[in-house]
Amino acid sequence: MGISARGFFLSRSHLLFILFLTVFPFIVPYTAIANQILIFGLFAMGYNILLGNTGLLSFGHAALFGLGAYGAGMALVYLKTGLFTGILIGVAAASMGAAGIGYFCLKRRGIYFGMLTLAFAQLLYFLALTVFDKYTGGDDGLRNIPLPPVSVPGVFSVSIDGPLRFYYFLFVICALSLLVIRRILDSPFGTVLQAIRENEKRAKSCGYNVNRVKWIAFVFSGFFSGLAGALYAVYFHLAPLNTLYWTTSGSVVMMTILGGMGTFVGPFIGAAIFLLLQDLLSTVTKSWQLFVGGIFMLFVLFFPEGIWGTLQEKIRFRDVQE
Amino acid sequence: MLGMSFTSFVTQLFIGLQIGMVYVLLAIGLSLIFGLMTVVNFAHGTFFMFGAYMGLFMVGLTGNFWISLLFVPLATGLLGLIVEKVTIRRLYGRDLNYPLLLTFGLSFVMVEGVRLIWGTSGSPFDTPSALVGPVNLGFAMFPKYRVFVIVATAVIVLALWLFLEKTDLGLIIRAGTRDSLMVRALGIDISKIWFLVFGMGTGLAGIAGLLAAPMRGVHPDMGIEMLIDSFVVVVVGGMGSIWGAVVAGILIGEVVSMITFFYPMMGEVAIFIFMAIVLLIRPSGLFGEAGLLE
Repeated sequence: MGISARGFFLSRSHLLFILFLTVFPFIVPYTAIANQILIFGLFAMGYNILLGNTGLLSFGHAALFGLGAYGAGMALVYLKTGLFTGILIGVAAASMGAAGIGYFCLKRRGIYFGMLTLAFAQLLYFLALTVFDKYTGGDDGLRNIPLPPVSVPGVFSVSIDGPLRFYYFLFVICALSLLVIRRILDSPFGTVLQAIRENEKRAKSCGYNVNRVKWIAFVFSGFFSGLAGALYAVYFHLAPLNTLYWTTSGSVVMMTILGGMGTFVGPFIGAAIFLLLQDLLSTVTKSWQLFVGGIFMLFVLFFPEGIWGTLQEKIRFRDVQE
Repeated sequence: MLGMSFTSFVTQLFIGLQIGMVYVLLAIGLSLIFGLMTVVNFAHGTFFMFGAYMGLFMVGLTGNFWISLLFVPLATGLLGLIVEKVTIRRLYGRDLNYPLLLTFGLSFVMVEGVRLIWGTSGSPFDTPSALVGPVNLGFAMFPKYRVFVIVATAVIVLALWLFLEKTDLGLIIRAGTRDSLMVRALGIDISKIWFLVFGMGTGLAGIAGLLAAPMRGVHPDMGIEMLIDSFVVVVVGGMGSIWGAVVAGILIGEVVSMITFFYPMMGEVAIFIFMAIVLLIRPSGLFGEAGLLE
């Protein structure tokens, strides 16, 4: 954490983290869950651009994730585009959605912001469910999304069907995204985000156009959330309606808090723990949400820094003592 | 109005009023809690749902709706008091986001708890026998129960207003909303007032749930959609006053009722589009007291 002049390079611990991800699918119970963790980890890191770095609590990121999923899905199903074009269309849909939703939600500050994001996400949910159900598949979601190979026409073409192949495809995209997010947060722009988080009024009186900066952060956040959504759709061959439902927003909030919103990789770790916990609990009990909700409450009360944040504090404290 | 008779127009207005009244009860509770404690209660919709289930429980036990009408606000309010004492109290003085996150987690726990006890599928809720059937309002026939909901809510809101305006406790609550530090400086233990107001707000949510139950049945997920709608009411009306909540609640009720009548497809999205329009025209809400609570 903190402001540094690392430029384009990742710190050693972040490189170690990326190295760890290369063997990750062999550590978890099964490969499919590693894929889910990468997708939601990316989503949570995109989300944290707003929550951890700008201090904006959004309850509507399902809208951006869902726009990415439906955007990519529709491009692949109806326009029969290639893989990257499809994903790009999803990301573009989410970024534009973020620009629009952010414009409205940032008209009201403070606690109204969270309420508005939740409301606009619900608007998109109902639009997909009723008004545009001919195109979105309504309640069933958008089905049979193809997964074209990774290819450069005339040069090469590699299929990424199958959990492990898809994992390494995801890995490349996630590693690049991590690099870009780190770069954004280390830039002067990222420093302004921190200034807004710490003291919005002071940032304003320093001459920053606070609303404009927040809006740009919202769009960045939408970009990565949409990317995660697009990857979700191509991985599962499906854009289910519940990607747009408030529970998706709720999951990403929980992941980010559990992992640690004040840290860079915390949200990723939160996503891993959330999904592994959900996987484990749902084999034991139908009421896994009871436990996940309870654990989340305990974290808010006693470990607001999250798992990674608390661990970091411990390590730092030990270092100081030595 | 194309092809719409005067009678059906007035009937639709009346339905809108009734839908709005449920919003009013929820929005007042949200505003009271936020105004005094700066806590956004994300679990407000869940208390609404819990109130409906408490009603189901009590009606099943006694077979009497009127006893439930007394029991539900007490039970829901009591749960609210426990929640405040055990959890929310620890978060005062921290960032405003924490109580919001905490009550968000709480809503998961409560919904899942209700599912465990009463099952996932929900159930119907009988209209109390004295209120079955229509009543002639002169211009149209209207279900007795819906008229009852309108009257009951009006009585509750009026009682609440009198309480806040005419009693000492109400005076302290209003003062605490303006400046809780000053109230404390005058020797009043404001944390006791917060405790009480959280119980009041959740009690109001519970009674709203009970009143709504005979019209829509009870279901574990009935709370969250109601919460989102009441957020819209609060965004439109602002969290400044009871009357802001009343006007905005009724207005949103009318919008839902009218749009559903003319364009059934748009019924569920209308309220959000209305909110977006209000934001464009009056960014600080219809009765915007910008700055006070932002």
